[in-house]
This record gives sequence, C-alpha cells and structure tokens, in this order.
Amino acid sequence: MISSASRKRIWSERLIGAGLLFCGLVTVLTTVGIVVVLVTESAGFFAAVPLAEFLTGTRWAPLFSDQAFGILPLLNGTLLIAAGSALVALPLGLGSAIYLSEYASEGMRKGLKPALEILAGIPTVVYGYFALMFITPILRAVLPDTGIFNAASAAIVVGIMTIPMVSSLSDDALGAVPRALREAAYGLGATPFEVTTRVVIPSAFSGIAAAFILAISRAIGETMAVTLAAGATPQMTISFLESIQTMTAYIVQVSLGETPHGSLEYKTIFAVGLVLFVITLGMNLVSQRITARFREEYE
Amino acid sequence: MSPGFDTRAQARRRTGKIFKAACAAAAFLSLGFLAVLLIDVTTDGVKWLSLDFLTRYPSRFPERAGVRSAILGTLWIMGLTAAFVLPLGVGSAIYLEEYAPRSWLTRLIQTNIANLAGVPSVVYGILGLAVFVRFLGFGRSVIAGALTLALLVLPIVIISSQEAIRAVPRSLREASYGLGATRWQTIRHQVVPVALPGILTGTILALSRAIGETAPLIMIGALTFIAFPPTSPLSPFTVLPIQVFNWAAQPKADFHELAAAAIIVLLASLFLMNGTAIFLRQRLRKRL
Repeated sequence: MISSASRKRIWSERLIGAGLLFCGLVTVLTTVGIVVVLVTESAGFFAAVPLAEFLTGTRWAPLFSDQAFGILPLLNGTLLIAAGSALVALPLGLGSAIYLSEYASEGMRKGLKPALEILAGIPTVVYGYFALMFITPILRAVLPDTGIFNAASAAIVVGIMTIPMVSSLSDDALGAVPRALREAAYGLGATPFEVTTRVVIPSAFSGIAAAFILAISRAIGETMAVTLAAGATPQMTISFLESIQTMTAYIVQVSLGETPHGSLEYKTIFAVGLVLFVITLGMNLVSQRITARFREEYE
Repeated sequence: MSPGFDTRAQARRRTGKIFKAACAAAAFLSLGFLAVLLIDVTTDGVKWLSLDFLTRYPSRFPERAGVRSAILGTLWIMGLTAAFVLPLGVGSAIYLEEYAPRSWLTRLIQTNIANLAGVPSVVYGILGLAVFVRFLGFGRSVIAGALTLALLVLPIVIISSQEAIRAVPRSLREASYGLGATRWQTIRHQVVPVALPGILTGTILALSRAIGETAPLIMIGALTFIAFPPTSPLSPFTVLPIQVFNWAAQPKADFHELAAAAIIVLLASLFLMNGTAIFLRQRLRKRL
C-alpha cells in the first residue's frame, strides 16, 4: 500500500529526473542546432552557386560587383596560418613538454606548468593587438617587404597561444610512459638523451600526435588574432609577408559589415562556416581516435 | 674496451646536454612571450588608465574616451551567462553522474560534450545569430549574447562539475539512502553541497573563458560603438574585448593605446577570477 505522500514523492522524483535529462540533452541539441543551421542556410547558397565552383574556384570576391565564390583563397589563408603557427607551437610546445616531464625538478614543474597555461587563457583579441602593435613592427624592421597586415605575425601569435595545448597534452603523454621502459633503457647503458629520444618519445608518439592535431585544429578555428593582424585579402599565396584572409576572418568581416540578411553574400558565411566546422570536427575526431588507441597501450 | 669508447661516451653526453638546454630554452622562451606580451600591453596602456577612463563612455576623441559601457556590458553578459550555464551545467553533470543508465544515449551525450569543446567559437556565433537573434527574435541583445556564450562554455562547466561530483565519497550517499532519503534528497542535501567548491571553480574558469570571447559576440551583432549602458536583457550592448578590437582596428595611434588600457582592465578581471578559482580549489583540497 503506497500512501499519497510517497506517491507524490515518486512523481516529483520522476519529474526531477526528466528535468536533469533535459539539461543533459542541451549539449546534444547544440550540436544538432549547429548542423541544422549550417546545412539549411548553406542549402540556399548552394542552390545559387554550384558546389564544384565553390570548392575549386581560385577567386573569392562575394562582396565585389564582379562576384566570385571560390573558397580556395580562404582555405589557402587558413592553411598558411595553421602551418605557420604549427612551426611555432609544435617545437616550442613539445620542447617544453619534454623539459617538464623529463628534466625539470618537481618545484620547477609546479611553477612552470600553470605559468604556461596562462598563455592559453589570454583572450585572443589581446593576441591580435600584440601581433599588430609588437610583432608586425619588428617583422617590418627586419624584412621591409612585410605588409602592415601579414600572415606571419598572425601565425606567430596563434602559435604562441597554442603552445600550452601542445605542451600540456604532450606532457600527459610522456608522463604515461611506464617507468620500467625508461629503467630498461638506462640499464642498457643509454644516456638520458637517448632514453628520451629513442624510448620515451616513440612510446608517447600517438599522444603527441593527438596533441599536434588538436593544436592545429585550434589554429584553424582561431578568429580574432587573424582578423586583426592578417588582413582581409583573400588570395592564393604562400608568402607569409602578404595580407591574406582566413575563413574565420571572412565570417567576422561579413558580420561587421552592412550585408543585408538573406542575400547571397550573407549566406556565404554559413557555407564557409560549414567548411570550417567539417574540417575542425574531422581533426578532433581523428585526434580522439588516436588518443583512445594510445590509452589502451599501457593498461 | 675499445680505444674510442671514452670519446664516444663524451660525445653522447654532450648531445644530451645540448638537447636538455634546447628543451629548457623552449619552455623559457614560451614563458618569455608571456612576459613580453604583458610588459608591452602595460607600457602601451598604463598612462591612459584612470578613474575617468573607467567611468566614461567611448568617444571619437581619445582623451575623452572610456570603457564604462564595455564594463557594464561585460557585467550584464557575465551575470546572465552564469545564470544560464550554472543550472544547465550542474543539471547535466548530475544527470550523467547520478541518473544516466549505461546506454547509447549516455555515451552519445558524453562523446558529444568532448566534441563540442573543439568547435571554433565563431561557429557558436553563427548558431547564436540564427537561433537566438533571428529565430527566437531576441535581436542583437544582451540575452542573445549570454545564451550564445552559455552554450559555448557549457561543456567546461559540465566536465568540471562531473569531476567534483565523482569525487564525493560513496559512503555519504549510502548513509543518506540508509536514512530513507530519496535519490534527489541525497543529491540536494549531501552530494551537491560537498561538490560545490569544485563546481564553482569550474564555473569561474568557464566564465573567465567567456569574458574574453569576442568573435561569437561580433557574430550576434554586439555593437562596437555604444555610448549608453544596457538597461534590460533586450538592450543592445558592447563588451570589453569588442571595445579592444574596435580601438585596435582604428588607424590613430592614440586609440591603440586606449586598446592597451582596455586590455589591462580585461586582464586584471581575468586574473582576479582565476585567482578566486585557485583559492577555492585549494580550500577544497584542504577539506577533503
């Protein structure tokens, strides 16, 4: 026999459970929302511009009277930033991780690791300011051909802001290599350098690779630093000294402007956003797959 | 022992020393960037910092410009973001840790949270623009911005709250059930209070991410020049990082220094928030 008080309690427990489930589903709805918005809004764009033209065209000029909708110049700019930032973040981040994990004393590690994390916490618009006001003048003093807006300064600061991502995740990977592997190598007469480069790094390789991919994916999605420092000139170039435009910077440019809602020009941001989303999601999935495999290795 | 052994061993040690020095250099060079950035911003902006700078509205004349509307906008956005993200994040974490069955749906939710953390913030801006600004008709308002940022930092709050809830000893729950408490009574009166410092730490860290976000708010149409404070959730607004962006993009050098001064204000509030989070975390550690 259930009293009415406890029946009420059972119902309120169920209601609370349902409410909590709804909270849990908000994140799923967010993903669904992103996909639905990007796909439905891009559909209108692709009805007017053939997919082949969008993906293979080498001129991007939706806001000019002589319109062109080839995304390759924006991809080119994005990849330039990604490659340049990788040149900064991967060696510095991995070097920091090796120092933290293999050489630094416990006290040094305790101070250095959180200090490096601060780099990731600084707002990206601040990095944009730093690129424009500090890095670019130095570049222009050394290389007079450098434009006021250039890919190099943006790539350098994007590299700096992704250092902690590389160093933290690589440090985790290096730390997960079992002590026994190191001891065995020392027992065979290897020096600390040989242990690190021939045993520890190869064993942690998948974790380090996952860190690299995440950092590059982060660089591809970075927006404010490239908007401020890299310029607004979509072009096919491999020169770091010229003004370029990334996918993210283009999206910001359109939303800052007066482009009327619903026009073809306006819909380009959804098409470009879709490409950006697919690329970063793909890289994150690859990185997760690699990490999952790496976890199994030593357990 | 072959005659070359000693010299080869020496060479091997030397390579090792060079490598160690290179790794240390990488770590300290990275730290050096941080120092140079902070010094550069401070020297550029410090002479514009004053009480007037904090209390004046932006202006076309640098000597009369201030960050009042940006600070008020940031406070509005932060307050509303916290109000949205805290119940949603804690609710999700409680669901995942205490209620969720081991099913495909639970796995989907958990994997999806990990994936959302990698979505570029400008994409959240596109979502906010389409859903909150247009579809729900909030326009270019504080509430549209706060909802967008809440979705952006929701995964951070969920993950840290999950960790805090997981760290609550099982015995506490068992004791509560033993006294006849229901699941929800146990969570409300036993689990959440113990996990609270951890939950708050995660929420502050999430808000310190949100306070610097610029791109999503530009996407939803936060204005760059605004000379009045927000008065309701439906008011137009600007925030500190957008004010920084606006001034940094001006051609005149005086405005660049104003941008640096605004950055000092932004970074000071960020460090204050992170300091609070670290303080809370240490207090939690002592208690357990």
